Amino acid sequence: MTAVRAGWILTQRNLAHWVRQPWAPIFGLLFSIMLLLVFGFLFGGAITVPGGGDYITFLLPGMLALSMMFGVESTATAMAGDARKGITDRFRSLPIGSASVALGRVGADMANSALELLVLILGGLLIGWRITSDPASAALAVILLLFLRFAMLWIGIFVGLTFRGDGATMAVQVLVWPIGFLSTAIVSAETMPDWLGAIAAWNPLSATASAARELFGNPTGITEGPLADHAVWLALGWPALLTAVFLPLSARAYRRLRA
Amino acid sequence: MNLEADGLRKRYGDVQALDGFDLAVAPGVIHGLLGPNGAGKTTAVKALATLIDVDEGVARVAGYDVRTQAAQVRRRIGLIGQNAAVDEILGGRQNLVMFGRLYGLSKVDARARADRLLDMFGLVDAAERAVSTYSGGMRRRLDIAAGFILTPAVLFLDEPTTGLDPRARNEVWAAVREVAAAGTTVLLTTQYLDEADQLAARISVMNHGRVVADDTPGVLKRQIGGDRVTVTIPAGAPLETVTQQLAAAVGIPAVPDDEARSLTFEVGSGVTALAAIVRALDDSGITPEDLVLRRPTLDEVFLTLTSQEAIR
Repeated sequence: MTAVRAGWILTQRNLAHWVRQPWAPIFGLLFSIMLLLVFGFLFGGAITVPGGGDYITFLLPGMLALSMMFGVESTATAMAGDARKGITDRFRSLPIGSASVALGRVGADMANSALELLVLILGGLLIGWRITSDPASAALAVILLLFLRFAMLWIGIFVGLTFRGDGATMAVQVLVWPIGFLSTAIVSAETMPDWLGAIAAWNPLSATASAARELFGNPTGITEGPLADHAVWLALGWPALLTAVFLPLSARAYRRLRA
Repeated sequence: MNLEADGLRKRYGDVQALDGFDLAVAPGVIHGLLGPNGAGKTTAVKALATLIDVDEGVARVAGYDVRTQAAQVRRRIGLIGQNAAVDEILGGRQNLVMFGRLYGLSKVDARARADRLLDMFGLVDAAERAVSTYSGGMRRRLDIAAGFILTPAVLFLDEPTTGLDPRARNEVWAAVREVAAAGTTVLLTTQYLDEADQLAARISVMNHGRVVADDTPGVLKRQIGGDRVTVTIPAGAPLETVTQQLAAAVGIPAVPDDEARSLTFEVGSGVTALAAIVRALDDSGITPEDLVLRRPTLDEVFLTLTSQEAIR
């Protein structure tokens, strides 16, 4: 059987999990909404955006990018769980293409993330966020956000297959926080000490957040530097680079289950 | 031969998991692969099921080479690993339909096959429930059903009853017999000798990564000696005198157990010895408390074979 068809069957399997146990994805959505409210209203009043602009309109594209990055957690956890319980071995003993298991994960996680984006965008519109650009730019922003999620998927698959124990997924769950905060997703890099701001500006998450802001027509909080001029290209380049590194590594990790 | 392995070797770091593993199993047979923990049983199964590559050796399953024709092998095997590898969140029927479709059945065919298998393995009542609510035996039967979707030529069962209670064990045994009755060759690994004795037509005893004995359970038992006759002497009778009398009658010395007041004779023919013992006791006017004739258990075969191996 082709890997695409088997991948679609496994996507349906992963989606069926959410029908049977809807609390995990619902809780994930509530968590994203909670973060949005905490930063938008609790901390937002104390934050000014360099270059001017309303903080909520600055924050929302950053939150969208952040939630795409946090998706790495659920991907890694699901892959590691399947590998640990032996069901991955079961799939490997079936006459299906070797890309099937990964494709099933990609299909389900991308569907989940698209839904998450939709809910956050609607939530943002409710609390005063506005898209001030044209529909084509807004669509490109959504595509770039999903592209980041796609790159994160391969990191998650690699981590889940390589470190099958609970410890590795715990490490991912902890690490996404500093990596997520050390970016321009929530505050502009220009409000940070210079050295920290430089690191944050080179975070792939910052590229996607800044590009989304630019494309939605929101304040970017950037007055100079590479992100000011090339955010969209960086938001294409970073996920492409991450995918180019982690997709082969994931394939290798899958093959190494045979070793 | 439906399953053939010739000189398989596999090394994991310092551990030589397979060290010249050979196997030949005829079609439609339940073959037991018996050995202590760490003997290499799971590695052997994984190699035959195309899950791992061996360092050396050739193996053919249903006529196809496991290394160069893995795809053909996979279409003809079912694998049931040590953990019940079914989806716990989905229901029983959902699992079987999913695996059916992954084996290439259409949706309609997969559903029909799922219903047939739920019936065959006694899971109709639990079909819609999440597998996480199943008992250990039910989960294991669903696992076997999932491996049986295409009526495979060979079904691998890696320690299928480990951790199950006796009743669940019996249910799983019935499921395995059901599978074999349909013409599927079964390779069953187990640490339980009675399981191999109950199910397998032939047994390979494995130790340190290779097969140290391969035969029917009956022949394996005969190999380590004949029958055992145990007689228990009543409290009133003079133990030493009777011991001498019986040894003279049977023609060999007994292995005494003073505590239990019992004497055990290891003999070629249990029936002849039994008759001699009965006559001798009758002559002395002694009625034995107990008199038992038994064949050696597989436990004894197993311990003998694996301890010989350890010395060598």
